[in-house]
Amino acid sequence: MESLESASFEPLRVSDRLARKALRNTKERVIEALLFAAAGVSVLTTVGIVWVLVSESYHFFTVVPIWSFLTDTMWTPLFADAHYGILPLLAGTLTTSLVAVVVAIPLGTTIAIYLSEFARPAVREAVKPFLELLGGIPSIVYGYFALIVVIPLLQLLIPGLPGFNMLGAGIVMGIAIIPYVSSLAEDAMRAVPMSMREGSYAMGGTKFQTAVRVVIPAALSGILSAYILGVSRAVGETMIVAVAAGMQPNFTMNPMEPAQTISAYIVQVALGDLPHGSIGYQSIFAAGLSLMLMTLLLNVAGHFVRRRYREAY
Amino acid sequence: MVGNIAMRSIDRPDRQAATPTAASVAGAPNAHARDARSLPDTPPVKAAAENFSFYYGQFQALKSITLPVYEKHVTALIGPSGCGKSTLLRACNRMHDLYPGNRYEGAIRLLPDNTNLLDPAVDPIEVRMRIGMVFQKPNPFPKSIYENVAYGLRIRGEKSRSVLDGRVEEALKGAALWAEVAHRLNEPAFALSGGQQQRLCIARCLATDPEVLLFDEPTSALDPIATASIEELIDQLRQKVTILIVTHNMQQAARVSDFTAYMYLGELIEFGRTRQLFVNPVRRETEDYITGRFG
Repeated sequence: MESLESASFEPLRVSDRLARKALRNTKERVIEALLFAAAGVSVLTTVGIVWVLVSESYHFFTVVPIWSFLTDTMWTPLFADAHYGILPLLAGTLTTSLVAVVVAIPLGTTIAIYLSEFARPAVREAVKPFLELLGGIPSIVYGYFALIVVIPLLQLLIPGLPGFNMLGAGIVMGIAIIPYVSSLAEDAMRAVPMSMREGSYAMGGTKFQTAVRVVIPAALSGILSAYILGVSRAVGETMIVAVAAGMQPNFTMNPMEPAQTISAYIVQVALGDLPHGSIGYQSIFAAGLSLMLMTLLLNVAGHFVRRRYREAY
Repeated sequence: MVGNIAMRSIDRPDRQAATPTAASVAGAPNAHARDARSLPDTPPVKAAAENFSFYYGQFQALKSITLPVYEKHVTALIGPSGCGKSTLLRACNRMHDLYPGNRYEGAIRLLPDNTNLLDPAVDPIEVRMRIGMVFQKPNPFPKSIYENVAYGLRIRGEKSRSVLDGRVEEALKGAALWAEVAHRLNEPAFALSGGQQQRLCIARCLATDPEVLLFDEPTSALDPIATASIEELIDQLRQKVTILIVTHNMQQAARVSDFTAYMYLGELIEFGRTRQLFVNPVRRETEDYITGRFG
């Protein structure tokens, strides 16, 4: 203590070599500012979108009470007798997403287990580009694939199935999101340290036992995140449902029926000839806000799931 | 290659007998009598490597190793990094099968049935059911303490809760962990300390009653106190199970083992009783290593 105090009387000397360089400091600051600006773009975009959604929705909700928006079971903004109940669109979104998830989660998980635990490296390298290709197909192509190929096939199995329905759209949407689910789930499984697998093999575990009893529980947080991302994609997916699910708001959870989703409604109105500023036009912002809140909810859920199931290995 | 193995107080013609082949061990009733001339009063052989060579792709990591492992005793493998001691250990439960491009030559026999563990016709899973392994870094599964210990039984199809309960308790007691975890068996294994996790990994092996336990530098990731508890545990376990341990710590080999093999560059340089090998090594290379002049 004594020596420290006495040392503080001495002026602090820094050799010239160690002195801060003005030019270098400026350069560092410029670089930092550029990096900050890059990060700022995404933040500003998000803030801007939220602002537009909220302000336009505000006008909408001055006309349509929020209570009737949430409880009315009819969505007929373009009719003379206009109803603005989000429930039919919500039902359509949830039903198609549910069908998609029922397809994508089992298939995506199986593919991930295969690629991560069973496939020889050569096979993995051959299969992965195909999966990535599947993820790269434009969704409009999937939409017509559903309409022209999948729904007619389903009609052979289920007589009386309408030409537009949520089942066909949901199945194809499930196929479309398989790559997201499988590649994220595979990443999570491959991140499980080899030492943990060796522990299981050394106990006499088979590949399958090791995958199911050790690797999946260890990677659970990442796998669940993959599922939640898949659900988010399904909820927001637009073109497939716009093309193949039918464009009529229909308050039903029966996948055999045609229906409209929130995203498909936004497409319909945005492409239509409703005048800007009209209540019908503003309804798409209210719909968009609902959609955004849904995905936000999913992201928050994903965050907690990741935290809850993260394993410290 | 066999000439690299020096047995104590034995001349060349008897060397083969000193490192028993499976034929001499399993076939000839006088095998142990001949053994006794090289190492007096050796216990029965539990496992034996015979002219065992191992290749990582083109690289020959082990060169014609012949080495006995005596029943219910501790055999330590020592040597500098890269000498092949871990490779030899991991060959004993066919861990190398998990990675492509590895090749075995020769045999590692498990007694009394004289099975060549490396025979392609032998299922590696069957091998691993008989031989337990404890790794360098504790690697408990992402499950509860209870489920970690029950794992081996569950994958063998055991479903009875009472059987599982009994075996889990017995194994945890065998691994000197029961007192610390009895009241929290359902907590995640990751909540345990490093030393406890390693004892849990030992308990996990004990639950399935292995014939041989392999330890791959089991204390190198642990602090001195945890290390002491693992060494004490190994000392107790030798009464029930045959142990082969790889260690880079010579003091540890001296403390815990009955027999020691010194390896260098993929060859077995010297094998003998631990006390003799450390106090009075036959080979110059061994002496240089254990006295710290090399390694």
